[in-house]
Amino acid sequence: MNIEGVDVDTSKRQFLTTAMTVVGAVGAGYLAVPFLAQMQPSTKALAAGAPTEVDISKMETGQLLRVEWRGKPAWLLNRTPEALETLDTLEDKLSDPMSNESIQPEYCKNRYRSIKPELFVTIGLCTHLGCSPTFRPEIAPSDLGSDWKGGFFCPCHGSWFDLAGRVYRGVPAPTNLDIPPHRYITETFIIIGEDDAEEGAQA
Amino acid sequence: MKSKHLADCGNWILKRFPLAKLWNEHMAHYYAPKNFNFWYFFGSLALLVLVNQIITGILLTMNYKPDAKLAFDSVEYIMRDVNWGWLIRYMHSTGASAFFIVIYLHMFRGIIYGSFKQPRELIWIFGMLIFLCLMAEAFMGYLLPWGQMSFWGAQVIISLFSAIPIVGDELALWIRGDYVISDATLNRFFAFHVIAIPLILIMLVFLHLVALHEVGSNNPDGIEIKESKDPFGVPVDGIPFHPYYTVKDIVGVGVFLFFFSIVIFYMPEMGGYFLEHDNFIPADPLATPEHIAPLWYFTPFYAILRAIPDKFAGVIGMGGAIFVLFLLPWLDRGPVKSIRYRGGIYKKALLLFVISFFALGYLGTQPATPTATIFARIFTVIYFGFFLLMPVYTRWEKTKRVPARVTHQPTLEERIQDLKRLFDEVTVKKPVKTAEGKLVLKRKPDPDGLKKAGIRIVKKLKDSLD
Repeated sequence: MNIEGVDVDTSKRQFLTTAMTVVGAVGAGYLAVPFLAQMQPSTKALAAGAPTEVDISKMETGQLLRVEWRGKPAWLLNRTPEALETLDTLEDKLSDPMSNESIQPEYCKNRYRSIKPELFVTIGLCTHLGCSPTFRPEIAPSDLGSDWKGGFFCPCHGSWFDLAGRVYRGVPAPTNLDIPPHRYITETFIIIGEDDAEEGAQA
Repeated sequence: MKSKHLADCGNWILKRFPLAKLWNEHMAHYYAPKNFNFWYFFGSLALLVLVNQIITGILLTMNYKPDAKLAFDSVEYIMRDVNWGWLIRYMHSTGASAFFIVIYLHMFRGIIYGSFKQPRELIWIFGMLIFLCLMAEAFMGYLLPWGQMSFWGAQVIISLFSAIPIVGDELALWIRGDYVISDATLNRFFAFHVIAIPLILIMLVFLHLVALHEVGSNNPDGIEIKESKDPFGVPVDGIPFHPYYTVKDIVGVGVFLFFFSIVIFYMPEMGGYFLEHDNFIPADPLATPEHIAPLWYFTPFYAILRAIPDKFAGVIGMGGAIFVLFLLPWLDRGPVKSIRYRGGIYKKALLLFVISFFALGYLGTQPATPTATIFARIFTVIYFGFFLLMPVYTRWEKTKRVPARVTHQPTLEERIQDLKRLFDEVTVKKPVKTAEGKLVLKRKPDPDGLKKAGIRIVKKLKDSLD
């Protein structure tokens, strides 16, 4: 640089400007961490994920019980023997019949997606955009057509699930309904949100 | 004596703050084209609605409680027990819809008269950012009443983020601040809605206006008025913004307030389009309403989301539908700005676009039946086709000659005369016997005249598309 005929060495001020910029950027980066991280779930929100105990002794066959777990709807469904039979016949219409792409504990990765075949536990939120599907156990109702073999229907974007929460092909939902970790404390008590993989497998 | 003190006072300020300079640069000596028409009301109306939203919004925060346990009841408290609370809330909720009506019309003005084209690309970009902010503002504001639609609408929209591969779930969790939509989500949306986004919005409006006043306004003829100036350097086709356009805009404001008041006082819910019925039920995290639809101003984009069968692709499609608007100044290769001198192919493409936008808007409010989905897919293709094929078809355009100066358009009085002449043409006076047996001349429709006028109008319509 040349000011009024005098050559000025600008290399030092250039260095200082660059150094300042770099240090400032690093400082801003550090400050961004607490600012952004404070929007993460708080300790209280994390603690609210306590397990939910459910008494299933009064459940009748075919009944759906809705409970709240971590603020989400958790469903317990006592499936009828006919419903279980239907589940065996649906596999070619489902997109993930063996639940390879879906979220569930290892002990529920079977055809009925449950520990005991009749009792089905699931999170009642569609895996598409999180609406809560409606429980439609009837066979071939007029609004869903003759292909409907009973299951869960998401009214938001029209996804179909069977009574094991397995998603049909050609609907927006990508995977089967999520299954939360759960285990039997006694024959008539289920705890949702807690598992003991070994005990679950034995039950 | 007194007036001298006043003048001294004024001078004291003027020496310290360039008030007169600002006034002259942006009002009294800001020359706007003299041929502004109906479409040019919406910029100033958007500003009016923004002021309305800010004032009524501040008043609402005085009684609203951003708490999942209290929010719904506090809104009902505002509606029932706060003095004039119902009015303030309806002004705010109707204002939100009015904002989008005004902004959509304002954007459409930009598209038909080429206001986004060189040298006004930045004005368009700032405007699009304002539109984005407005969408964020509307979405977050809609959660605050904590009704069923608030809750499940937010659930669906935040779930969109989880469709992004790898970081999606973490991002959705970060936005919610909890594993579900909860008190934490409500509280932070309140902060964004009331402080963060409005600040950004006001800043962007400022930038939008600074950029506009730097290059000057476009006009319905799409010519640069700065290219023909009188010896004093004033554009010959320009008139000072104040008083000419301030007064014109006041008329626009009057008409706007007329319609705005009708909605506020007689149909604040607008049949479920401005305030959805399900939102009068408190949020229930365990049960989704039968039919979820966003408010009308999001439905075109929502329809695009639903039309695409893949979750992630749907999100990309919806985002792309908004993003592609940012690129408009560079997609359009037509050498002419105004639709008045553009070629027929552009006019037809624009017509198709407008139809598809309205159709998608309608389909977004309806349940996603298989037929509706097929239509939504067709219109989605047209929507994107309008933009993405633009670089091709705008090159084939046969444009008309653009005049050097702004043109004269028929005034309202001339139009009324034309209408009278048309009425004379399509009717004929015939003697009719009344019940008392008198002969009276009565106007009856004239088939010949009707036919002639019809043919003329159809021809004119066809010409206007060439």
